[in-house]
Amino acid sequence: MVDSIAEPILRIERLHKSFGALHATDNISLDLRKGEIHALIGPNGAGKSTLIAQIAGSLKPDRGQIFLDGEDVTHLSVAARAVKGLGRCFQVSSLAMPLSVRRNVMIASQAISGSSFRFWKAVESDKALIAAADEAIETMGLLDRADVPVSFLSHGERRQLEVGCALALKPKLLLLDEPMAGMGAGGSERFTMLLESLKLEIPILLIEHDMDAVFRLADRISVLVYGQIVAHGTAEQIRHNPLVREAYLGVTDEVDD
Amino acid sequence: MTLALALEQLLNGIQFGVMLFLMASGLTLIFGVMGLINLAHGSLYMVGAFVCAYVTGITGSFWLGLLAGALGAAMMGVIVEVLVIRRLYHRDHLDQVLATFALILILSEGTAWVFGSQPLWLDIPSVLKGSIELGSVIYPIYRILIIIVGVLVAVGLYLLISRTRIGMRIRAGENDREMIGALGVNISALYTFVFALGAALAGLAGSLVGALQSVEVGMGEPVLILAFVVIVIGGIGSIKGALIGAMLVGIVDTLGRVFLPGIFEWFMEPSAASSVGSGLASMLIYLLMAVVLAIKPKGLFPANA
Amino acid sequence: MLKLNFSLSRYPNLQLSRESWVNLALLLAMVLAPVIATAMDEVYYVNLSTRIIIVAMAAVGLNFALGFGGMVSFGHAAFFGLGGYVAGIAALHSFEDTLFLGLVPGTDQMLLIWPVALIIAAIIAVLIGAISLRTQGVYFIMITLAFAQMIYYFAISLTTYGGEDGLSIILRNNFVIGDTNNPLHFFTLCFVALLMSLWLTHRMVGSRFGAALTMAKLNDTRLATAGIEPYSIRLVAFVVSAMITATSGVLFADLNGFVGPSMLSWHRSGEIIVIVVLGGVGRLFGPIAGAIAFVLLETFLGGFTDRWQFFLGLILLGIVLFARGGLIGLMTGNARHG
Repeated sequence: MVDSIAEPILRIERLHKSFGALHATDNISLDLRKGEIHALIGPNGAGKSTLIAQIAGSLKPDRGQIFLDGEDVTHLSVAARAVKGLGRCFQVSSLAMPLSVRRNVMIASQAISGSSFRFWKAVESDKALIAAADEAIETMGLLDRADVPVSFLSHGERRQLEVGCALALKPKLLLLDEPMAGMGAGGSERFTMLLESLKLEIPILLIEHDMDAVFRLADRISVLVYGQIVAHGTAEQIRHNPLVREAYLGVTDEVDD
Repeated sequence: MTLALALEQLLNGIQFGVMLFLMASGLTLIFGVMGLINLAHGSLYMVGAFVCAYVTGITGSFWLGLLAGALGAAMMGVIVEVLVIRRLYHRDHLDQVLATFALILILSEGTAWVFGSQPLWLDIPSVLKGSIELGSVIYPIYRILIIIVGVLVAVGLYLLISRTRIGMRIRAGENDREMIGALGVNISALYTFVFALGAALAGLAGSLVGALQSVEVGMGEPVLILAFVVIVIGGIGSIKGALIGAMLVGIVDTLGRVFLPGIFEWFMEPSAASSVGSGLASMLIYLLMAVVLAIKPKGLFPANA
Repeated sequence: MLKLNFSLSRYPNLQLSRESWVNLALLLAMVLAPVIATAMDEVYYVNLSTRIIIVAMAAVGLNFALGFGGMVSFGHAAFFGLGGYVAGIAALHSFEDTLFLGLVPGTDQMLLIWPVALIIAAIIAVLIGAISLRTQGVYFIMITLAFAQMIYYFAISLTTYGGEDGLSIILRNNFVIGDTNNPLHFFTLCFVALLMSLWLTHRMVGSRFGAALTMAKLNDTRLATAGIEPYSIRLVAFVVSAMITATSGVLFADLNGFVGPSMLSWHRSGEIIVIVVLGGVGRLFGPIAGAIAFVLLETFLGGFTDRWQFFLGLILLGIVLFARGGLIGLMTGNARHG
């Protein structure tokens, strides 16, 4: 059930970013509501990752505003937004390879449980911290791999770990950039079920190319082409939108699906 | 303070800037194209000066010496690039810093071993020894020569990079290193060429300044650090930045040293003004660097904005 | 780092890893050498041991920023020299019974000098770090180098405190217990200081701050995305590192009875980096191994030829190109990872 009356957990207003003559993000407004998965689709180069980067804070927009749970976070750093509940997973996994799964997740748990300027107590014996991290690790089904260095994990496990790190932040929302890229059919299936189970507690803004997953998971879909949202609606509406079918799905109405 | 004095110091500043440009352009090219930080650049400057002094000594011709200095430094550059530098392109910056620092030690001590630790004799050729009148200023011919050389080098570099095939490859290499390899450009040769070019410029600078100051082991190190300041201010990887940065640093440093103690004399007694003034003057360009970085952390004209 | 993490989470504290044995052996050697030398009445070797310890401590400071924090600072000599000048200036004013800047009296008490050195180093480190850490990679290296040069030239311009020739410390500063003029007492003082800096480093690396610092070094995108500001973490690490190195500078000046601009030179910065790398970057006891190797090379090879740095250069080049874990890496069979 999507709560459409209350303040959306994420609201982007007239966000704009140009690189020279290229409008990577062209006055985009969209929102993410509690309890939903909002998918962002579009051809390569449409500006999806640029948009995510601006929402997360690693790229500064030229104009526009970003509201997280009603609060204007447009001028906050990546870390500040993360602490306020913005979890992000990258298109290409960004993990500390030599460290274990647990150590990667613990850093997020650490961020939300007090100051990092504590210089004496050993982190390895901080049971509360380890327990908090293990909670997120278990949600992702990686608990038996908790001590393994990330460099030994499979690709699919690393994608899961990325989400686990984000979950350890106890986030208010998740930004997922192609989480299932490079996963086999089995991994994608498990991942899709996981996202379905998460969405009620943690709304998700999802970039994905896997159309099966998109149409199965998404409550709403926005279509991004050349930095603009050319179509927006429920999964059913988008599936039958002729513009989208032609421009993106590559199907014209002369040929029956 | 007369106009003539100010103009003379301005010219000195420009001449200093030219010399810094010769160093900085090589450094910034090497970093822009190969992604390598080269601490040994100051040693190449020194090698050029020593070769120049040596050849001038045996042939009696400063011009031959100058040529030999540039070529000698270039040859040393090639040797160093082939033996050491090319193993460093894929290493992290710490390894590059350490390896090139090791090269400084090897080259400095090696030079001292070959030539002894006393400075070498190199003098301005008598034909260039005089001064000429430029309006109200009487300025040494040799320094004017240096400025002319600098302008020629700047123009030459511009033409090389924007008008020749090699220049095109250099520009492409600065943008995307992996790509030009895939396009079939001989990367090894290109890199060696760029390194040797940077070395030649450094050697030329060393030879020119050697006649003005002295030719001794370790002469390249203060210059190297100044060159770093120049490219940090100008933007690493940008020749235009190197030129503007070099002029800025050369002029600010020269004028600062001359006029700051005087400025402080307005409200301090002479001995205090002199020490505070010269202390501040020696820190001036670093403060300038700090100010530039505070506003533009990647320098004035960063190559990859 | 890989080995360290494995051994911490897998093996309880009972079993000592090979690296720990090596570290223990080094410490033991450093304790025994001066004791034996004193027994044999060889003052020179006691002072040599002290020199090794002090130089090791300077490297411990840098190792915190560079080895554990990934910050390649080419300007740590600035802090080393800062400590030295604090010691020298305090001693000078105390000896001549004059006031520094007409305001502050000198002192010959180490317990007073150390806090002053720590505070001044911290302030300078905050200033330099605040600007430098806004940059990355090569810029950072060059900028720290440049700022250290600035301080170097500034010290040369201070004719009141020796200028280019430096400052002599006529009488070694005093500590509350023992006689600092006794070589073995002074060695013990320095050794305890080194142990304290090692202990501090060890605790900090294992703490929450250390976890954040490690992540800042390995992947600062991950750190920021996890909710911690890399800049603040790095700045604090840089300042702590500067403070440790500055303290070693105080001791160095007292050991030699002299402080001069050479303590601030970029050659010195390079040497400190070399010591860290010789011993093994990011290994806790690396600086000790590196300092032993470096000082022994400097002393004995330097005894043969003035051109000993030529060979240092060759050795360093060899290590960088072929032996990536430094000396401890060679001894324990672990190459540096990452």
